[in-house]
Amino acid sequence: MTKKAEQGRTEGRAEERAEVGIKERTARQRMAKFFVAGPPLVFLTVFFVVPSLIMIATSFRFPGEFGGLAPIAAPVVSAHVSQGLEYGFTLEAYQFFFSDILYAKIFLKSFAVAAATTLICLVMAYPLALLISRSKKHLRNLMVLLVVLPFASNFLIRIYAWMIILGPESGLSYFINAVLGALGITPITLLFSPFAVLVGMVYVHLPFMVLPLYTNLEKHDPALLDAAQDLGATRWQRFWRVTWPLSLPGVFSGAALVFIPVLGMFAVPDILGGTGDILIGNLIKDQFLGTRDWPFGSVLAIMLTLAVLAIAGLAAWFARSAVGQRAT
Amino acid sequence: MALLEIRDVTRHFGDYTAVDHVSISIEAGEFFTLLGPSGCGKTTLLRMIAGFDLPDSGQILLDGEDMVGTPPEKRPVHTVFQTYALFPHMTVADNIAFPLRMAGKPPQEIRARVTEALDDVRLPSFANRFPHELSGGQKQRVALARGLVNRPRLLLLDEPLGALDAKLREEMQIELINLQKEIGITFVFVTHAQDEALALSHRIAVMNRGNVEQIDEPSKIYGFPRNRFVADFIGKISMMDAQVMEAAPSHLKLDIGELGEVITAGKEGVKPGDKGVMAIRPEQVRISHPSNGAQLKNHFLGTVHDFLYIGDVTTYIVELSNGTHIEALLPNSAPGRATFFEVGDLVGVSWRHDAGIFLHD
Ligand SMILES: Nc1ncnc2c1ncn2[C@@H]1O[C@H](COP(=O)(O)OP(=O)(O)O)[C@@H](O)[C@H]1O
Ligand SMILES: [Mg+2]
Repeated sequence: MTKKAEQGRTEGRAEERAEVGIKERTARQRMAKFFVAGPPLVFLTVFFVVPSLIMIATSFRFPGEFGGLAPIAAPVVSAHVSQGLEYGFTLEAYQFFFSDILYAKIFLKSFAVAAATTLICLVMAYPLALLISRSKKHLRNLMVLLVVLPFASNFLIRIYAWMIILGPESGLSYFINAVLGALGITPITLLFSPFAVLVGMVYVHLPFMVLPLYTNLEKHDPALLDAAQDLGATRWQRFWRVTWPLSLPGVFSGAALVFIPVLGMFAVPDILGGTGDILIGNLIKDQFLGTRDWPFGSVLAIMLTLAVLAIAGLAAWFARSAVGQRAT
Repeated sequence: MALLEIRDVTRHFGDYTAVDHVSISIEAGEFFTLLGPSGCGKTTLLRMIAGFDLPDSGQILLDGEDMVGTPPEKRPVHTVFQTYALFPHMTVADNIAFPLRMAGKPPQEIRARVTEALDDVRLPSFANRFPHELSGGQKQRVALARGLVNRPRLLLLDEPLGALDAKLREEMQIELINLQKEIGITFVFVTHAQDEALALSHRIAVMNRGNVEQIDEPSKIYGFPRNRFVADFIGKISMMDAQVMEAAPSHLKLDIGELGEVITAGKEGVKPGDKGVMAIRPEQVRISHPSNGAQLKNHFLGTVHDFLYIGDVTTYIVELSNGTHIEALLPNSAPGRATFFEVGDLVGVSWRHDAGIFLHD
């Protein structure tokens, strides 16, 4: 047999082997996929889908006499049942939500705080993320470590620390009021104000903006900036035409990671805010732990989820149409 | 006045001298190539021309004007990067329009020039594609169009064909030559591939360890390498130790030890007693049966040590009596015939009196 023919035959065999290999691999890959994706899927079903369904069901029921839920059906014989208590399913909680403009106002305020927090975080985090991504490799990891270091201490303790920093006896307050006094303006209190709430929110959520931005910016090819400069782009133009559009996926994930948690946050307004600084988070928490009106609490939670989904959908649509899916 | 004048430019990185007293002057309309092995300082020199880096000493003049204070974005010089560096979030048309937008050109002009540039690189229907939807060769062309669209004084190309496979490379080489001829913009092309340099350039600067070894036309570089580095780096060449016996303007007579003597082309600056090597290209060496031409000068006997069948030609490596190896090329003009001589055959090798060259140590 000639050398060529032999070579051809072995090649053919190799191809066959490769094909069989591919089939085996896809079957194995499917198995592997199931084993990797299965547990989290089950976990999410049990601890997210099921509770959500329970919450939706709850929103259509009556509150119980001493909080919680009223039974679905009235007990056949019971001396203890008071007169006015109702049973079964109802839209009462929804009616209540839509009957008072107060709740819409709190929603609106919460969204405003979330938007402001997101924007401030973005403006503060972007230069930092840019700086980290353009530092030397060994410095980058150190800087990322520093960004996440606050997580090592308890969240509430860090918020209480802000109580002291913003408190009337703090150096910061003295300094600000001294400056204001010199300008002839009456002194102000920093603590228990919308300002304090915003400071707390930004402080808590800043790392969630820095990390996705850094992860994105770090992947940018530096040759693109060279190319832009070479083709006549100034520093400003290089940023707005290359770095910024390429970083939009990072901006969007950072924004989502800040915006959504801020909406549900109740600890920061509780501790740093005044009596007027109630946000949705506080309202919901109150329904379950204070007033114990579970149906109404569920309605609030559902409304919040719907609003977040609507915004996320809008953002995704906007991202796709504005940037294209190509920006990585 | 030369378009680009590189005057005694040096660039150090720490103790390392990446570019060492380099002087090159490039005329308008030239296709000029910087050729040298990896790490010899080609990219460093190119970055200094583009303005991304500054010389430690020396000057770079464009149209007679020192570029030292001019940042890259202000220099009328564009670069085609080896990785293309196309903007991934922009379409092909937007990529090409980029330099025009930066220059503040009006929209109608931008549209017209982009269309024209796409035609120039033969991609007229690709305007709305994104870079990730293009093949390597297409990306290459978009990068070229983007570099040329704003008509820079100088286009720098840093190993632009390095990422392409052999066949596509050859196609792109021909297109590059035609494009450069058509548009007339001066190209400074960087490569470590000597065949590419020879095929494309009007002139070549051969670089080695930050130094320019020779600047010449391709045929001069190949035919009259100035030193051993150039001779060795460009093409194949056989060398044997030699000492000059007789130096005339028309020819040199060299002593090559126990083999006797050879006659080579005359060369300026060579005097009797000089030591160096006699160098000869494989295609200039005639291989024949030992009895033929024995009466000629520059004729030696040897045995076939090895041969390489390449398709169009066969390269024979002949071992001479003193152990030196010399390569000879034989075209395979008879189809189906791969070899005229077998390993171990006694053969004669010879070459014309003006074929060999003498190189100083
Ligand atoms: N920014 C830099 N810092 C330190 N050394 C460098 C730098 N740029 C290039 N060099 C060194 O200079 C030498 C020449 O590099 P380069 O110009 O890229 O070579 P080429 O393009 O010819 O392959 C190399 O040894 C390289 O390691
Ligand atoms: Mg290089």
